[in-house]
Amino acid sequence: MSNETVVPLERPIETDIVIVGAGPVGLFAVFQAGLLGLRCHLVDCLDRPGGQCAELYPEKPIYDIPSRPVCTGQELVDDLLRQAEPFEPVFHLGQQADGLTRMADGRWRLATDAGTVLIAPVIVIAAGAGAFVPRRPPLENLEAYEGSSVHYAVRRIEAFRDKRVVIAGGGDSALDWSLALQPVAARVTLVHRRDQFRAAPDSVEKLRALVAAGALDLVLGQLDSLEGDEGRLQAVTVAGNDGTPTRIEAEALLPFFGLKMELGPIADWGLRLDRDLIAVDTEKFETSVPGIFAIGDINTYPGKLKLILSGFHEAALMAQQAFRYCRPEERLIFRYTTSSTDLQKKLGVL
Amino acid sequence: MSHILVVDREGREHRLDAPEGWRVMEIIREHGLPIRGECGGACACATCHVYVDPAWAERLPPVKEEEEAMLDEAFRVGARSRLSCQLLYAEALEGLRVELAPEGG
Repeated sequence: MSNETVVPLERPIETDIVIVGAGPVGLFAVFQAGLLGLRCHLVDCLDRPGGQCAELYPEKPIYDIPSRPVCTGQELVDDLLRQAEPFEPVFHLGQQADGLTRMADGRWRLATDAGTVLIAPVIVIAAGAGAFVPRRPPLENLEAYEGSSVHYAVRRIEAFRDKRVVIAGGGDSALDWSLALQPVAARVTLVHRRDQFRAAPDSVEKLRALVAAGALDLVLGQLDSLEGDEGRLQAVTVAGNDGTPTRIEAEALLPFFGLKMELGPIADWGLRLDRDLIAVDTEKFETSVPGIFAIGDINTYPGKLKLILSGFHEAALMAQQAFRYCRPEERLIFRYTTSSTDLQKKLGVL
Repeated sequence: MSHILVVDREGREHRLDAPEGWRVMEIIREHGLPIRGECGGACACATCHVYVDPAWAERLPPVKEEEEAMLDEAFRVGARSRLSCQLLYAEALEGLRVELAPEGG
């Protein structure tokens, strides 16, 4: 019994629906699918649910959600999570949906870049404007250094032991990693365009103390060029705010300029695209490939409006067709949560 | 018709119709020029970064702290840098000239 709790990563997980994207629309899809008795697993690049609402504007007010005169991005996400809770969604966070293949039995097999494998008859893409990925500075020959000397995340602090590291940016990531790598690296230089930081006050204070003690360098300016040989970085040149260049010898560069969104591997799934959006019908919100749906900002159809409420509507209609794929032998009857004891049991209120 | 001038990343200048009350980012995007404006104008990303023509720098509303902080995530930021979602088009900006800033990969 107890040894069942140890599930090796490679073992595929079988479910009804795999939702790519845990933003507001993906979360509401859990609810709509749940009412029909369908289980969902969600995959998202970010390390928490909520998508753009949680990542870009958690504190900003939203005024166009029906019956919510005003709520913040995070409040909306929190309530959607609460609404989805009875249906026990399973989140696979911090991973990007990668390869998608059709199995012999007609179901889909989706692998994430972290090695999770999910098998389901239905895939729902609710990926908003795409996956959040690090923004790459526009520097000449940057690609040559990426992966070897230029990194957008720190996987192992030890990898930077005794190296001279340049960190660029002025937010929490830049400061947190400056502080974390300073004791390990040969030298940490933080490059930022102004002498103000948008980070936790405590981190800013610690950083200032290290700079004052001469244990960490702060250079005001912006990344200008890289110098090195065959992917091995040797120096970073920073343009000062008055234009004066500063050359900093370094073996590693960590740029932290926030995240951008891109379609990513989904672009290679063979779906009909219209620019960077996925074309769907307006009855089921199914893509050009049966069994794969797209809802929310990522889809397009005549008259599409990128509103969260449109995504909610699309989720409800998608779920009807998803049910037919997941339970081909069962009849679907449409009921209301107000009156159906069956739905109320599913919601756990009866 | 009111208009603004936008220089794309290839150096071509475009004359764009500018409806009163639109954000400069929206004017650029609606004309199909390559500006991402990912957050939709909430000053929550830095993907509508432009350089304002020197002749106009003084005539625009000053940069607020929120915009200044968001510019930290833009690249090659200079004294003429603005986030174009924070510039509302009004008659006083007739003929405003901006350049699209580099995007990063």
